[in-house]
Amino acid sequence: MLARDDIPLKRTRLHALHVSLGAKMVPFAGYEMPVQYAAGVLKEHLHTRQKAGLFDVSHMGQIALRAKSGRVEDAALALERLVPQDLLALAAGRQRYAQFTNEQGGILDDLMVANFGDHLFVVVNAACKGADEAHLRAHVSGSCLVEPLADRALLALQGPRAESILAKFCAEAPGLRFMDAGPRKVAGLDCFVSRSGYTGEDGFEISVPAQQAEQLAKALLQDPDVLPIGLGARDSLRLEAGLCLYGHDIDTTTTPIEAALEWSMQKSRRQGGARAGGFFGADTILSQLAIGAPRRRIGLKPEGRAPVREGALLFANQTASEPIGTVTSGGFGPTLNAPVAMGYVPTQLSPNGTQLFAEVRGQRLPVRVAATPFVPNTYKR
Amino acid sequence: MTTLFTSDHEWLRIEGDVATVGITDYAQQQLGDVVFVDLPKAGRTLKKAEAAAVVESVKAASDVYAPISGEVLEVNEELSSEPALVNSDAEGKAWFFKIKIADRNELGGLMDEAAYKAHTA
Repeated sequence: MLARDDIPLKRTRLHALHVSLGAKMVPFAGYEMPVQYAAGVLKEHLHTRQKAGLFDVSHMGQIALRAKSGRVEDAALALERLVPQDLLALAAGRQRYAQFTNEQGGILDDLMVANFGDHLFVVVNAACKGADEAHLRAHVSGSCLVEPLADRALLALQGPRAESILAKFCAEAPGLRFMDAGPRKVAGLDCFVSRSGYTGEDGFEISVPAQQAEQLAKALLQDPDVLPIGLGARDSLRLEAGLCLYGHDIDTTTTPIEAALEWSMQKSRRQGGARAGGFFGADTILSQLAIGAPRRRIGLKPEGRAPVREGALLFANQTASEPIGTVTSGGFGPTLNAPVAMGYVPTQLSPNGTQLFAEVRGQRLPVRVAATPFVPNTYKR
Repeated sequence: MTTLFTSDHEWLRIEGDVATVGITDYAQQQLGDVVFVDLPKAGRTLKKAEAAAVVESVKAASDVYAPISGEVLEVNEELSSEPALVNSDAEGKAWFFKIKIADRNELGGLMDEAAYKAHTA
């Protein structure tokens, strides 16, 4: 399989397993990835919410960030120059959601940062990982070593049965709470386990040495409650959970405040905080936090049955000639059994319940601004 | 009663001067779980190859083109409330619309079942 520019697509260590499980493989972020298996997107989605789903997310970037001083605090302080989050206060064994920002306050990528005691462990998006590594090297290599962990695969086990299933391979798994993260043995293998994910469900992400990834995936799939889940259901699950997809709901033109991600910015990095500012785009981001952003990311519930998809223009009423915003993600939510979407609108039109119209195939369909997550999350806090 | 097929994976059941149109079982398998069907309004006059209906799966929307020209006489309202019929009975209960055949010559360009089977093999 070739990418659009005829560069051969990369494969994860689980490629042969995906094919043997009947996956339909598609190009995604330079990789050949399973979009769905034999069960199909709808069943995979519902199964994950009812039992457990196993996702291969090995295309994502895993990076170790080690301070030359050997002190994890120095790595945290170095990384704080690139994100509006407090990483110094991130305790050992804990993980946190963050964004790399640019000088305009836009988002270069979103990421997970974990404190592994003596270094930071970072997970970034597949499509951005080369640029993220270069960004890290350019700005933190004075004090830190940036080590891409290309020899590791990444699996996600998500859903209400994930805990009991993983417990059979990792006795410590049930003891983790949401956003706990660290090195753990899973089936005797040297893994990094975090209680997190991208579905809104309780679950785990498991970084495993690449050579043993297939062995671990097969062991997890032995459980009759585990189905392999493709990118199609991964997208509908994260959409119902109200989670952003980089390159769609957030990008270099959206700030964390416009994207309604200010919950991820701790007080210490805000105006008046102990380490206020000091990250790229801080002027814009902190000013928007204080006085409001011109536009906001919002959830949208179409009132009819027709899915409203990415790119659909939003209007304030049936007849307005100028759009007021755009849908950035949208589709059908299998758990809600209804269409759901996300998009950007002027802040004055962002309150929940605001009636708007989305243009689909030339028709203005009524939609309402709605709170996210659309499906309540089930994290074990 | 004759059933004809298009290379875009639609079927037409011809009864007198009326054709009942749907998408083939092969097409529904390719689309996956259908969650929404947008049908043309009865009374609309379609030109051959014009976008007439839309089938949406969880992942994507796909156009259904008018296989022939003519006036839409009736649409299958059942698909609005039960779009999954397209997956369970594509070539039966999940018909999309009935069209009054405007030009019988247009039927000449369509495939019979054997030709369609070869087309999708």
